[in-house]
Amino acid sequence: MASITLRNVDKVYAGGVQAVRNVSLDVADGELVVLVGPSGCGKSTLLRMIAGLESITGGEIRIGERRVNELEPAERDIAMVFQNYALYPHMTVFDNLAYGLRNRGVPRAEIDRRVDEAARLLEIEPFLARKPRALSGGQRQRVAMGRAIVREPQAFLFDEPLSNLDAKLRNQMRIEIRQLQRRLGTTSVYVTHDQLEAMTLADLLVVMNKGEVEQVGPPLDVYERPASVFVAGFIGAPAMNLIEAKAVNGRLTAGSGALDLPAPAGVDTVRVGVRPEHLHFGSADGAGLTLGLTVDAIEPVGAETYLHGHLDGSPRTTLIVRVAGKSLIPPGTRIDTHAAAGDVHLFDIATGKRLPD
Amino acid sequence: MEKRAIFSNRFLPLALIAPQILITLVFFYWPAIQAVWQSFLIEDAFGLSTEFVWFENYQLLFTKAHYFRTFTTTMLFSFLVAFLSLTISLLLAVQADKSIKGAGVYRTLLIWPYAVAPAVAGVLWIFMLNPSLGMIAKAMRSAGIDWNPLLNGGDAMTLVVIASVWKQISYNFLFFLAGLQAIPKSVIEAAAIDGAGSARRFWTIIFPLLSPTTFFLVVVNIVYAFFDTLGVIDSMTQGGPAKATETLVYRVFADGRLGSDLGGSAAQSVILMFIVVGLTAIQFKYIERKVEY
Ligand SMILES: Nc1ncnc2c1ncn2[C@@H]1O[C@H](COP(=O)(O)OP(=O)(O)OP(=O)(O)O)[C@@H](O)[C@H]1O
Ligand SMILES: [Mg+2]
Repeated sequence: MASITLRNVDKVYAGGVQAVRNVSLDVADGELVVLVGPSGCGKSTLLRMIAGLESITGGEIRIGERRVNELEPAERDIAMVFQNYALYPHMTVFDNLAYGLRNRGVPRAEIDRRVDEAARLLEIEPFLARKPRALSGGQRQRVAMGRAIVREPQAFLFDEPLSNLDAKLRNQMRIEIRQLQRRLGTTSVYVTHDQLEAMTLADLLVVMNKGEVEQVGPPLDVYERPASVFVAGFIGAPAMNLIEAKAVNGRLTAGSGALDLPAPAGVDTVRVGVRPEHLHFGSADGAGLTLGLTVDAIEPVGAETYLHGHLDGSPRTTLIVRVAGKSLIPPGTRIDTHAAAGDVHLFDIATGKRLPD
Repeated sequence: MEKRAIFSNRFLPLALIAPQILITLVFFYWPAIQAVWQSFLIEDAFGLSTEFVWFENYQLLFTKAHYFRTFTTTMLFSFLVAFLSLTISLLLAVQADKSIKGAGVYRTLLIWPYAVAPAVAGVLWIFMLNPSLGMIAKAMRSAGIDWNPLLNGGDAMTLVVIASVWKQISYNFLFFLAGLQAIPKSVIEAAAIDGAGSARRFWTIIFPLLSPTTFFLVVVNIVYAFFDTLGVIDSMTQGGPAKATETLVYRVFADGRLGSDLGGSAAQSVILMFIVVGLTAIQFKYIERKVEY
């Protein structure tokens, strides 16, 4: 196994698109890092650069102690699982798994042993003689995983491996991938735009935006202390409420009401963030945030209900309150809500960066 | 999946296919039947009387050593044309598939030969390779190569093979390129990560995945070499020298139109017809099954 290190990595495609900008990242040995971000933010590009499928415009990538910038994909000793699985359609499942080993001249007995072991681990033994087109989506996914693990590589690279599966299978495979990765202890980089995958799989979460890294950290840290408005809005569903507030006499106000918060020193306007589940009914007693809103629509999702509304005196500032169980509040009702001071996030309006607490 | 169209009116489908059937009957079946009929007749030299002779025309054909020579010439010629045009166009398609920049220009240039009529293609190559006029022939002579397709049978064969191959490359190229572009890029990338070098990727991944296209083209190219090269041969060598470039089709043409041996020519046509039917049957049988992978 090996660590993966990225130093100031840039990628400019022919045609001038800068897909990745100055990315530095340390993936420790055995760790699973998840790259998450909106479509087109450069996740796949970065992963493909680690794999050697895209040239590196600037910076350095190391796998273990080796600088790999100039190495061919085959020489980097990594395995990749593609979104469309990329199985060899004319080969049986056995041959799909054995192909990489044969190319490397592994002795036959050893190939048989490793393929059998992987097949047992992934429960694909009954399909070894079949061609990929005779498999279901979930089975193909397993074969793709099998092809990665038989090689016993330094690192696994995953590019949205579960996005072609239905919701139920996706949940199951997500858990299996996590267990498998723990068991094998193979350093992994996993690309997704699925929140749940990102939060549950990652040892370390990397949030990307427009080719740059916005924040790196353990998933819960990122959730609890988003470093920017972008991360605050991207991680968490439903998204964090973001309110533009003004400082008046050292206190923050927004819409037609006071927020009951002291203004940070030296700022006129600030963006206030609070997660839907941190808003509670009633007004604050003591330090905290107060928000008055009118409910516009209610969205029951079963275990909980989302109240969609708007801030007093500011119809364009939409807010979401997350309530456990069912809610019987009819649309049009005005309600008072509050949040604890520790659940309130403040961001600079101009830069979008988090203000020091 | 239901592939049949459903018509409520029973006569509409008949009316729709009637023109196609009519054309097929008039231009294909009628001449074919005529050829079969004709092959049973012998006409005297002045075309005054004809006699029904059953298979005598066929017997005559197979007793001539000459006919077998034409047969082997055709085999050699067809093999060379099909093999060379397929190999060259596959090479070109692989290159075009790799490069993104300038691929448009490259493709357009490669497609041109297909738009050139066979006889014109023949004339074009004659100009370049004619021993007394041609630029290439001149260059070869000054390089000390003895080149004379008017006298040397081998040279003449080379000449018609070059012209025929050149004309067919575009067609093959388009199919190969489409076939290559249908192979998912990620499959080839997976093979690269799996440690296969580019030659190994080609032979173990790309070539097998291209096999349905290749098989289809092999049949098409054999049919082309058999039949569509008539114009090229006629404009370049007229089957000569000493019948070194006379293929089965050219012989039908020469015997029938130039030599006016209608019966013998018709008998040859019928044999050719069986060859085409055979090739087409093979093609349908295997294309339907998509060449297993
Ligand atoms: N081969 C290419 N040539 C030019 N630009 C490219 C190429 N591949 C990707 N891009 C551009 O680079 C940017 C990043 O693309 P990338 O595929 O890495 O995004 P992504 O984060 O993986 O998105 P998604 O979640 O949709 O897969 C995009 O703006 C894309 O248009
Ligand atoms: Mg992607």
